[in-house]
Amino acid sequence: MSDRPDPSATAPALLQVRDLAKHFDVSKGWLTRILENQPRQHLKAVDGLSFDIEKGETFSLVGESGCGKSTVAKLIVGLHTPSRGSIIFDGANIADATSHNEVATLRRRWQMIFQDPYASLNPRWRVRDIVAEPIRQFKLVNSAREIDERVGELLVQVGLSPADSAKFPHEFSGGQRQRISIARALSSEPEFLVCDEPTSALDVSVQAQILNLMKDLQRNLGLTYLFISHNLAVVYHVSNKIGVMYLGRLCEIATAKTLFRTPLHPYTRLLLDTIPDMDMTCRERTPVSGEVPNPIDPPSGCAFHPRCPLANERCRNETPKLRSEAESVVACHAVEENRHS
Amino acid sequence: MAENPLGETSRHDLLYRVFDSDLFYSFRKSPIAVISAITTLVFFLAAGLAPWLAPHNPFDPASLDLMDGFSPPVWEADGVSKFLLGTDDQGRDILSTIMYGSRVSLIVGFSAVIFSVVLGVGVGLLAGYLGGWMETVVMRLADVQLAIPAILVALMIDGIARILVPVHMRDVMAIYVLILAIGISDWPRYARVARGSALVERSKEYVSAARVIGLHPILIMLRHVLPNVLGPILVMATIGLALAVITEATLSFLGVGVPPTTPSLGTLIRIGNNFLFSGEWWITLFPAVALVVLVLAVNLLGDWLRDALNPKLR
Amino acid sequence: MTLLEVKNLRVEFPTRRGTLLAIDDVSFSIEPGEVLGVVGESGAGKSLTGTSIIGLLEPPGRIAAGEIWLEGERIDDIPYDEMRRIRGKKIGAIFQDPLTSLNPLYTVGKQLTETIMVHSDMTQTDASARAIELLSEVGIPAAKERIGSYPHEFSGGMRQRVVIALALCANPKLVIADEPTTALDVSIQAQIIALLKRLCHDHKTAVMLITHDMGVIAETADRVAVMYAGRIAEIGQVRDVIKHAKHPYTEGLMGSIPVPGHDVEQLQQIAGSMPRLTEIPEGCAFNPRCPHVRDKCFEVRPELMPTDGASMAACWIYEPEVARV
Repeated sequence: MSDRPDPSATAPALLQVRDLAKHFDVSKGWLTRILENQPRQHLKAVDGLSFDIEKGETFSLVGESGCGKSTVAKLIVGLHTPSRGSIIFDGANIADATSHNEVATLRRRWQMIFQDPYASLNPRWRVRDIVAEPIRQFKLVNSAREIDERVGELLVQVGLSPADSAKFPHEFSGGQRQRISIARALSSEPEFLVCDEPTSALDVSVQAQILNLMKDLQRNLGLTYLFISHNLAVVYHVSNKIGVMYLGRLCEIATAKTLFRTPLHPYTRLLLDTIPDMDMTCRERTPVSGEVPNPIDPPSGCAFHPRCPLANERCRNETPKLRSEAESVVACHAVEENRHS
Repeated sequence: MAENPLGETSRHDLLYRVFDSDLFYSFRKSPIAVISAITTLVFFLAAGLAPWLAPHNPFDPASLDLMDGFSPPVWEADGVSKFLLGTDDQGRDILSTIMYGSRVSLIVGFSAVIFSVVLGVGVGLLAGYLGGWMETVVMRLADVQLAIPAILVALMIDGIARILVPVHMRDVMAIYVLILAIGISDWPRYARVARGSALVERSKEYVSAARVIGLHPILIMLRHVLPNVLGPILVMATIGLALAVITEATLSFLGVGVPPTTPSLGTLIRIGNNFLFSGEWWITLFPAVALVVLVLAVNLLGDWLRDALNPKLR
Repeated sequence: MTLLEVKNLRVEFPTRRGTLLAIDDVSFSIEPGEVLGVVGESGAGKSLTGTSIIGLLEPPGRIAAGEIWLEGERIDDIPYDEMRRIRGKKIGAIFQDPLTSLNPLYTVGKQLTETIMVHSDMTQTDASARAIELLSEVGIPAAKERIGSYPHEFSGGMRQRVVIALALCANPKLVIADEPTTALDVSIQAQIIALLKRLCHDHKTAVMLITHDMGVIAETADRVAVMYAGRIAEIGQVRDVIKHAKHPYTEGLMGSIPVPGHDVEQLQQIAGSMPRLTEIPEGCAFNPRCPHVRDKCFEVRPELMPTDGASMAACWIYEPEVARV
């Protein structure tokens, strides 16, 4: 699956992200700053991301906490406004859509699935109303009966039954709630789904069900996915292409197979090494050192240099840029200087 | 169990769910809750149906007879069965005045609570959900007002209103002014709780999901956040009712509450106070006992509700 | 002598709708120095097993039947004060959330020295020195300076190291670790697991490692018990259970874990979900979802029995009288 031929090699990518950045002002209150003589503090959650997602493919962003992958997801669906950079959806810059109609038309084309199945459904609403909300918002269908029918269809599509529409979220398990979330996301007939850690809160067997469901839906409905996760094994299974993030920047982008067969960036290698050895080969492990630094006060130059076995003077001072290298795109001085092996 | 194609449950199934619910179970297991609920219900009925249930109409001058005045309760030596709890100086039956008085107290109390809740929750929701300067201004206003005792606030608003309202309108407007005064004196409590809840709910993912489809912030607040905020508010409102009734009674006792034509329990206590030392104790005692019992019952009900709805204690 | 022996443990929760059986006739043992993994999905009862052993079961939950033996002495029916002495001294505990496992109001040093002094005869100075030793041992740099820091001044991974130090400071024979790495980043997880393994090996401490993450078990445990609906479905050496799963549930579980390099279009799926405590089926709890179900599975609950491999499984497939096909 990871090496499927690109279905739309000639058409422009469905989503193009260029130099996307988001800075949060996390300064203390004005008075506190004056009294303690502190400068403003900014959190660079996302600091210059560029990638493409082709129609029909699954692109994953993988990284640990603080890397900014969730922020990227929110930026793309419009929950945050970018501090810098552009997001181009199907050829049109989404910042250009200003009128209410334009924005609504765009919004219909994407949807989001969230991580926490317990917080992503309003506990006081019935399932029917939860799933029908996008239908009502975008006025896709008119009569109440048609809405009910559509809700029933959607519930069946995600593996539940139409009778479930009268129930409340607390009557369902975590996996079932996630299915309801997916039904809600599909109800506006989007082309593009942003999935923010959709299976991280689920048990392993339930995760398998949900991942299988998502793959089926992608095949049947021609969906494009942006999949956010910290779990590399899951990401390998679902993705065509993978982007590895660290402290707001991309380290490496490659197809799933290439990334796992020939990882180039030292951080990618570190991450791959943490995947459990389910084949019980008792392989050698390189000891890992250090922790993810505080994003408010990131290291200079390449953010990974304090933990990198290949760091040199240049790494401490200069931030590496993404460059093509063999079949991947990597941001690493050691790779550029051919010091990795 | 009747079910339509989408599996909707019918009404009698809903009733079953209410009576089988954890909340109702905890209710019937708590003697205090049951007694308080019954007491409160009795009061509400007696007050609401006073024109039909009361043995006499004490505010109809034509039916009064001064000769009936100062009649003691029925179990005393000179008591008559016509006036179970005795009469006051004007010959008004105390039992009936209590029923009519409770009516006024409860009407003012309920209206004031509804006013407080609507104002407090509305403002608190906006502050919590929208944040920014709005939140700062509103919450500091609430803080300032909370530093002043509620009674004083009510007195102040009442006083201002009196100045503004022309004399001939005073009696008619008095009740509305009173409701306004008591209502304004209590909004900060609800605003605080509503704001806290709004802060918690707005970071939840179902709110993000609504934002993704472009739902207007006001609609998000009303449709999504408000239903989740109402739980603790309900508990506060129950206790707030008791508070409002007491505040009204205090103001009426001080003479600045309801006009004498429509006396509340507080007014009755004040009137009766004049006769306390001349021996006609029943004129002030029974309205006072009624007030205490009503407020206590409502308070206990609110306490039970708070504990029953607290998920951590279940 | 076996370090920990759990016999026929039964944990109940009386509710107004009847008594819920959360742990149903669970038996296992832990030898000194071994790492036993207890793995299962949410609701399987694995955390409850840990809390029951350490005596922290919250009422109305209670141990309804069974025995727990530690070093030849029974510990499930002893009074609270006696259990308190055993806790910490003989059994250490590591819980999931390092933030709430440490008291935010006391420095790390104080919490460590306090625990050390409670369980030994050391003086304040000696205990302090031991605390610094321990902090270094768990990999906290500049331990001498950091002994006066508060928990919030450490990062998540560091905090968990402090918790491990706390658990080991009285040299317990057994440590119960309940999801010790779930709240941590993957790269930190690997560090903490390696640390736990090394320390327990050095101190000859046995570990009961409770987790839902099979990967952690594969890396760390010697033996593993797979729990389902309050019962043990399979128990055996880690290598055997993972590579040659015998119970259909374990098989399904292993198949649903994505493994890089194993390219499949669809992951193996177990239909349905774990039953709620109020709806546990008659006979084998797994019968509604089992691909190999047979008549007996609906009637009689299987006990752990030997299989054609090295592990034991509670499954009628391995019934001795049934002829192998």
